[in-house]
Amino acid sequence: MLSISNLQASIGEKEILKGINLDIKPGEVHAIMGPNGSGKSTLASVLAGREDYEVTGGSVSFDGKDLLELSPEERAAEGIFLAFQYPVEIPGVSTTNFLKTALNEIRKYRGEESLDAVQFLKLMKEKMKLVNIDQSLLSRSLNEGFSGGEKKRNEIFQMAMLEPKLAILDETDSGLDIDALRIVAEGVNKLRSPERSAIVVTHYQRLLDYIVPDYVHVLYKGRIVKSGTKELAFELEEKGYDWIKTEVETV
Amino acid sequence: MNSSNQPNNDLSSKFLADFRSAEERMNGESKTALHQLRRDALNQFERLGFPTLKHEEWKYTNVSNLVKSDFEFNLPAQVTTGDLASLEATNLEGNILYFINGNYQPQLSRIVSPADQMSLTTFEEAAQTMPELLDLYFAKYADYADNAFTALNTALASNGVVIHVPANKTVDAPTIIRYISDARQVNVGSQPRNLFVVSRGAQVKVMESFRTLGEGASFTNAVTEIVLFEDAQMEYYKIQNESDTAYHIGTTQVHQKDRSHFYSATVTLDGGFIRNNLNIALDGQYCEAHMYGLYFPNGRQHIDNHTLVDHRQPNSYSSELYKGILEDRSTGVFNGKIFVRPDAQKTNAYQSCKNVVLSNNATMNTKPQLEIYADDVKCSHGTTTGKLNEEALFYLRSRGIPQDEARALLMYAFAEDVIQQIKIDAVREQLERRIQAKLAR
Repeated sequence: MLSISNLQASIGEKEILKGINLDIKPGEVHAIMGPNGSGKSTLASVLAGREDYEVTGGSVSFDGKDLLELSPEERAAEGIFLAFQYPVEIPGVSTTNFLKTALNEIRKYRGEESLDAVQFLKLMKEKMKLVNIDQSLLSRSLNEGFSGGEKKRNEIFQMAMLEPKLAILDETDSGLDIDALRIVAEGVNKLRSPERSAIVVTHYQRLLDYIVPDYVHVLYKGRIVKSGTKELAFELEEKGYDWIKTEVETV
Repeated sequence: MNSSNQPNNDLSSKFLADFRSAEERMNGESKTALHQLRRDALNQFERLGFPTLKHEEWKYTNVSNLVKSDFEFNLPAQVTTGDLASLEATNLEGNILYFINGNYQPQLSRIVSPADQMSLTTFEEAAQTMPELLDLYFAKYADYADNAFTALNTALASNGVVIHVPANKTVDAPTIIRYISDARQVNVGSQPRNLFVVSRGAQVKVMESFRTLGEGASFTNAVTEIVLFEDAQMEYYKIQNESDTAYHIGTTQVHQKDRSHFYSATVTLDGGFIRNNLNIALDGQYCEAHMYGLYFPNGRQHIDNHTLVDHRQPNSYSSELYKGILEDRSTGVFNGKIFVRPDAQKTNAYQSCKNVVLSNNATMNTKPQLEIYADDVKCSHGTTTGKLNEEALFYLRSRGIPQDEARALLMYAFAEDVIQQIKIDAVREQLERRIQAKLAR
């Protein structure tokens, strides 16, 4: 479904991704771990199409399409969803209105009929239950004055509404207490299916107790330096990242 | 006295000549107090001259092109409802008064409020039927010794609207005054003059709308005086939707007595060259003045909002929020002055001006001015000028919303809190559509 080959990206003069290779098949959940500054969030941003980064080499294909040629909105319509590490507060735009616009734009791109108000509300009610989010939150301005947990839950709610093929969760666990973490993870798990894949970017192993990955990759200095199964995450939790750094430096 | 005097130019000499020839045609009228006052205003205009950039209040707004231009003033207009269709001015519920090139159009107008709720007449008619009202209030608030355009209007204004709401009356229907410049044949000018007197405990809602027909140049020099007596309440909306070749200089002068509430929104959708002065004197205790503003200049449009709140007495409240979105090579000016006099203890005064500048060639000049001579007051001001939030734009796009639409959505959201201040539903809904259309271009 997603095939990343020798991907390189910079911000300004600074090279951040130095040749990433990664293949994700339908239904798989891949965790990307690594110390701060290793390029995890950059990878998530580049996949979603953030224009601050310049792709300087390599390729990314998504369902046979050249992902790097697509605008962020086209990527969304093709089925990519980025759950932001820091969801943006947008005063004056209600979550409900925003999501209705987004959903119908995506449907238009796919040649599907727009949902009318009734159909939209029905879908919304259904997904609200799934992620346990309150109506009052959704009628407010997008993320404005939301707590950290509410913002992250809203990200997962949006994901549930837009039903992406590939969800990229960028440090969704950061700033969450254990209860909020559990609610968010449950939401993600309910959305898992044989067709749907996910990339879970995280610094800590604890999120992976709740969202169990099929594969774990360690990103360090812009490269994937180690890949394994969920056991690798436990090892990292126990030993930290230093042994990996040492391993890489000695090579 | 004023260093901004400039040699008499075409427009200036035209006004002086017009005034004198009108005076010669008068019989007994020239002896009336009203005419004496007008002559005094003309003398003030002659003394002041049109302002130049050297004048502190006109530093960013250059009227030199305006005063070199030629306009036909008060040109009689033959306008039918068919001609007005292009303006898409929806039929609002309420009192509707049409003026074309400054001339009242009774055939297009409609007055629905019962006479016991308010007197609603044209300025021309009020001079005949309510001279005592004009003697008491006309030109007593808008200072013509200090502003050349106000002096000019005071001397030469031919028509406008006079409203008098008797004590404790609530006028249910809003009053919509539509000033239309018909510049389809020639360049036209008009000088509307309004006087709204709201007696003790009375309530009224008024909207002034300014539009243009045709591609010719137009010049509107408007002055509105508003007097709110004790416990009076007024909603006042000024909506400008004029052409790129329209000049508009307008002053709204408000005088408030104890416990009166004034609530205003000034929305400029379009207009080539616009200067709005909103001056409020809080000459009573426990008054409230709320001022909202929105402007969306694009192309080479120039929109200048000057506001002045003069806290003269203790315990009053003023609050102000102006917002602008600037595109292309447009320029915007916001100058907000808050004046707290020594007696005005316990004043609360807040001011905020926020702008989004979408183009490197657009310019916004903001200048808050606080002059506080009392020690027990709460005052704050803040201005921001920035670009559209790129992070928010990416967020919306990452959810599938195309770039142009995401931008329009963000701009609309930015303006939303001011739009919501327009309490006449039909007016607000129409504005929402027009603003969305302008932002989505």
